[in-house]
Amino acid sequence: MIADFERLTVTNLSRHYGRRKALARVSFTCDAGDIVGLLGPNGAGKSTLLAILGTLLAPSEGTVHYGAVTAEKGGAGLRARIGMLGHDLFLYPELTALENLVFFGRMYGLTDAPARAAGALERAGLGERGHDFVSGYSRGMRQRVALERALLHRPRLLLLDEPFTGLDQASAAALVARLREEQARGVLIILATHDLDVVDGLLTRELFLRNGRVMDVSAGDGPLRDRYRSAIMAS
Amino acid sequence: MKDFFRVAWLVVRKDLMVEARSLEVVSTTLFFALTVVLVFAFGLVREGRPVDDVAAAILWIATAFSGTLALGRTFERERQADTLRALMLAPADRPAIYAGKLAGMLLLMGLVELVLVPLVGLLFQAPIFAYPWHLAALLVAGTTGFAAVGTLFAAMLVRARSCDVMLPILLYPITVPVMIAGVRGTAALFQGTPDEELARFWIALLLFFDVVFVTLALWTFEPVMTE
Repeated sequence: MIADFERLTVTNLSRHYGRRKALARVSFTCDAGDIVGLLGPNGAGKSTLLAILGTLLAPSEGTVHYGAVTAEKGGAGLRARIGMLGHDLFLYPELTALENLVFFGRMYGLTDAPARAAGALERAGLGERGHDFVSGYSRGMRQRVALERALLHRPRLLLLDEPFTGLDQASAAALVARLREEQARGVLIILATHDLDVVDGLLTRELFLRNGRVMDVSAGDGPLRDRYRSAIMAS
Repeated sequence: MKDFFRVAWLVVRKDLMVEARSLEVVSTTLFFALTVVLVFAFGLVREGRPVDDVAAAILWIATAFSGTLALGRTFERERQADTLRALMLAPADRPAIYAGKLAGMLLLMGLVELVLVPLVGLLFQAPIFAYPWHLAALLVAGTTGFAAVGTLFAAMLVRARSCDVMLPILLYPITVPVMIAGVRGTAALFQGTPDEELARFWIALLLFFDVVFVTLALWTFEPVMTE
């Protein structure tokens, strides 16, 4: 188990798929308590960046330091400090929500996985439906279970790919509140989203991505949607 | 090491739980294997007498074909909601995930063979009870070698659109030595005068292949899955 890290440092990160560059020399740093938004059109490289940060993909060039540790050196101990919610939710539809959470809790070595899973389902407002198969859930309900799965082991770095997809207004507001709680706990949150209005005011900083590159724009003070438009259109 | 087996067991148990509910892979694999054996029986058994020395080949053909079908399906579940990524993200030895999937495959193929062997014995008059332990050793060792390579390739191809086409193309050339050893060893037991010594030789060779294939697969699983 590695010590909790306070800073994430990304340096000149590139990822090529053959001749296509999914990411090109991306650099940034963020600290515990930051909520960083990865914003950009489809194909901008947001999911690739999240996969590299989640140690699921090796970069073609560049480095990621989690505190002082890289993904290769951190290994399983580092992965224990990372939580990830993917666009595909990472849940087994043939298992119940409770079984999913207990399974992943045990994969993370949690000795109290059943108790934590039950608590997580209560928090997601699904306590009474915990024994239902995930295949019978709506997209929004699955999204809530998937978020609890990502948070079950209390990660230091939380990576979210389109976390607001399928959520109604109340659920989206609940997710924002939940992210603020995690932020207060010192969790470093990086999320990719197109829901600019929902995350406006939540993010502590934004990275505007286009064609795998970070757009160099001044932060400004206006609404996020205006800044996004000027960043992406200006490039 | 204890953690390795714990994670592998979690993966096996999860796969068994899912399979017990759907019976999807077991039923399709078993049905396919039985169909293969029956088709051969219609072609090669005349007036109750099978063509000489075909039982071993048919047993292994049915095992390999149905095993390929199962290999493709077993990772389909990990593809549907991209759960393979979640498994890879867990702070476990990544090769333990491979070991768990391999163990699940072996249990499934073992179950299919439990039905196949008596059926082949019955239809092709093969002496399956002459040397039962030797036959069991050949099947276990041969199935392990086949599934070890197949599980690795199935994991690698999980996101490929043409997974079902690519899997046999990659799998069969590499597992040909396993198939040959399995067929020759089984034929040595099924022939008119069983040759126990020869069967032992093929078992030893299969065990050698198992060690090589399982070691290579455990070694390459993590780099292959994160590239």
